[in-house]
Amino acid sequence: MTNTISVHGLRKRYGDVQAVDGVSFEVAEGEFFGILGPNGAGKTTTLEIVEGLREADEGEVALLGLKPWPRNSRLLPRIGVQLQATSFFERLTAREQLRTFGSLYGVSARKADEMLETVGLTEKADERVEKLSGGQAQRLSIACALVHDPELVFLDEPTAALDPQARRNLWDVLRAINTEGRTIVLTTHYMDEAEILCDRVAIMDRGQILEMGPPAALVRGLDAPTRISVASGVLSAEDARRLTGVDEVSDDGVSLVVETRDPSSVVAALAAKDALDGVQIRGATLEDVFLELTGREYRA
Amino acid sequence: MSTYSSFKSLSRALFLGFRRDKGALFFTVLFPLLFLVIFGGVFGKQSTGKVQVVEIGAVPVLDQAIAHDPSGELRKTVKISRNDDRAAALKKVGKGDADAAVEQSDGKIVVHYSGADQVKSGVVQSVVQQVANSANLAATGRPPTYTVATQQVEDKSIKGINFFTPSLLGWALASAGMFGASQTLVLWRTKGLLRRLRLAPVPIPTVFGARIVVSLGIALGQLAVFLLVAQLPFFGLKLQHAWWMAIPLVICGVLTFLSLGMLVGAWAKTQETAQTVTQLIVLPMAFLGGSFFPLDYAPKWMQAVSYVFPLRYLNEGMLNVMARGLGPASALPQMAILLGIAVVAGGIAARLFRWDAT
Ligand SMILES: Nc1ncnc2c1ncn2[C@@H]1O[C@H](COP(=O)(O)OP(=O)(O)OP(=O)(O)O)[C@@H](O)[C@H]1O
Ligand SMILES: [Mg+2]
Repeated sequence: MTNTISVHGLRKRYGDVQAVDGVSFEVAEGEFFGILGPNGAGKTTTLEIVEGLREADEGEVALLGLKPWPRNSRLLPRIGVQLQATSFFERLTAREQLRTFGSLYGVSARKADEMLETVGLTEKADERVEKLSGGQAQRLSIACALVHDPELVFLDEPTAALDPQARRNLWDVLRAINTEGRTIVLTTHYMDEAEILCDRVAIMDRGQILEMGPPAALVRGLDAPTRISVASGVLSAEDARRLTGVDEVSDDGVSLVVETRDPSSVVAALAAKDALDGVQIRGATLEDVFLELTGREYRA
Repeated sequence: MSTYSSFKSLSRALFLGFRRDKGALFFTVLFPLLFLVIFGGVFGKQSTGKVQVVEIGAVPVLDQAIAHDPSGELRKTVKISRNDDRAAALKKVGKGDADAAVEQSDGKIVVHYSGADQVKSGVVQSVVQQVANSANLAATGRPPTYTVATQQVEDKSIKGINFFTPSLLGWALASAGMFGASQTLVLWRTKGLLRRLRLAPVPIPTVFGARIVVSLGIALGQLAVFLLVAQLPFFGLKLQHAWWMAIPLVICGVLTFLSLGMLVGAWAKTQETAQTVTQLIVLPMAFLGGSFFPLDYAPKWMQAVSYVFPLRYLNEGMLNVMARGLGPASALPQMAILLGIAVVAGGIAARLFRWDAT
């Protein structure tokens, strides 16, 4: 099977900043690929090099077997891109905007209006783009990326400004597109989103990919304990510590939290003691993997 | 997808964007019209009005001349009033309420005039001189040996509305073209629209072609509005000669100003820079390129400087065909020069072109 995207040894420097420092990855046809990383990790730069918006200092990129740089007009109709910063023609309404973009790809006005419906902007169709809220503008920008049914879609933080409803609606849209066999690459800061949507993710920091794989595999690889919490007071910390399989216990007065690598025996033991009031079981998530890899301190 | 349909929808989008821009509408259409109203209204009229003459006491020579004025010529030029208070009459002249005061004692006629308006004081002097001469001749009782008949020759120097309509339009086109192009280019780059368009399968010449066609359409609209307004009776412009050559001239001029604007826009990093630089070009160009006063009356050095400004050629060509009556071919050299500048400026702009702000 040929790879839809193949990236090899990318490097890009801005003055003193090594924004991308030896990135390689492949994305298969129909795959949903996520790039995660703290602010300034180099996600946008990587994506823009792959899309053909920036020239790499070093390394190779092939999209659908073609080189994106310099501007490749055979490739452009086949890819759809939503950039991190939204940009529109001035003083057009949402509908006019999308129709204009659509026409650049030979898409009919009717098709463009359908896409407006898909991203839930029909009510705002006659509103000037300058008057859209941040999230509405973001949705319009995504619609502009999807209007021509591209084989390959790049989305740079598509859900960054969206409310929870819009976020879930967009997930549905993206999943539907992906099910049709289209390849999607997105960046996001929401770990739940990456975990739910992506077949594979790459976690980046300081211009490098630290870890890459299916989210579940990354989580499993972390070998982090499961945290079981019950309401404070149903069990004393000493009693909890004596249960088999318990590694660590803490009680903050609201919840008693037990860390274990053997959650089934602990839950069974708690059940035997009739101490399951307000129980919550939380396994390790992609967020734990992310924080483990990139650390917890603030980034510039 | 056809390039033509992309072109059409881009043009439509850009035109809508312009039509909804109240500021741009004001500056491209209303503001220049305002100038036309002011300049055309104030300086367009050519009748100078009558010369006001105050008689100090009785001035029989003048009174008789006015009374026996068979052609009515004298009454058309001079308006006589009388004030027996000498000091008051002189004060009137000093303040400019009257153009001259005349007094007569026997055979001596004295004209008091102010130097403030040299044309009018000249008229008074020559009128009084003539009156005195005729009176002298009549006193001899002999018929005049020589008589003078006057006939007006058509004036080739252009004045009034015939000058202001094309030249203020030239300034309006230069300003709209240069600001439009430079602002659009910088805005599209800094706002990221250029890089977004780079990802769309539309040839970049199509995008700029659409922008140019919209500008040309707007410019022809400006031309139409100017010509229609200037033909109102109040202004009194008459379309004559090969005025229709104004259309190709305007097209060439707009292409030039768009190229220059693109050059500024391609070079400037921010909108403020682009705006300042454009202003620094357009305003001097309007003055020295002959949009606000005829270059024929300008000092030599100014005429020499005018040759560096593209606007000069547009104005010159327009005056040739619209006011000087020189025939359609008279605008061709100017059109060629304008297109030449457009090609050179456009070439440099293309070399400086950047998709990205960083
Ligand atoms: N045009 C540019 N000029 C100079 N430096 C840049 C430019 N673009 C990015 N950088 C630098 O490169 C690094 C990577 O930036 P990039 O935008 O790729 O990060 P990112 O992972 O997308 O971050 P975020 O999550 O905030 O979007 C940053 O340190 C940034 O300051
Ligand atoms: Mg980014």
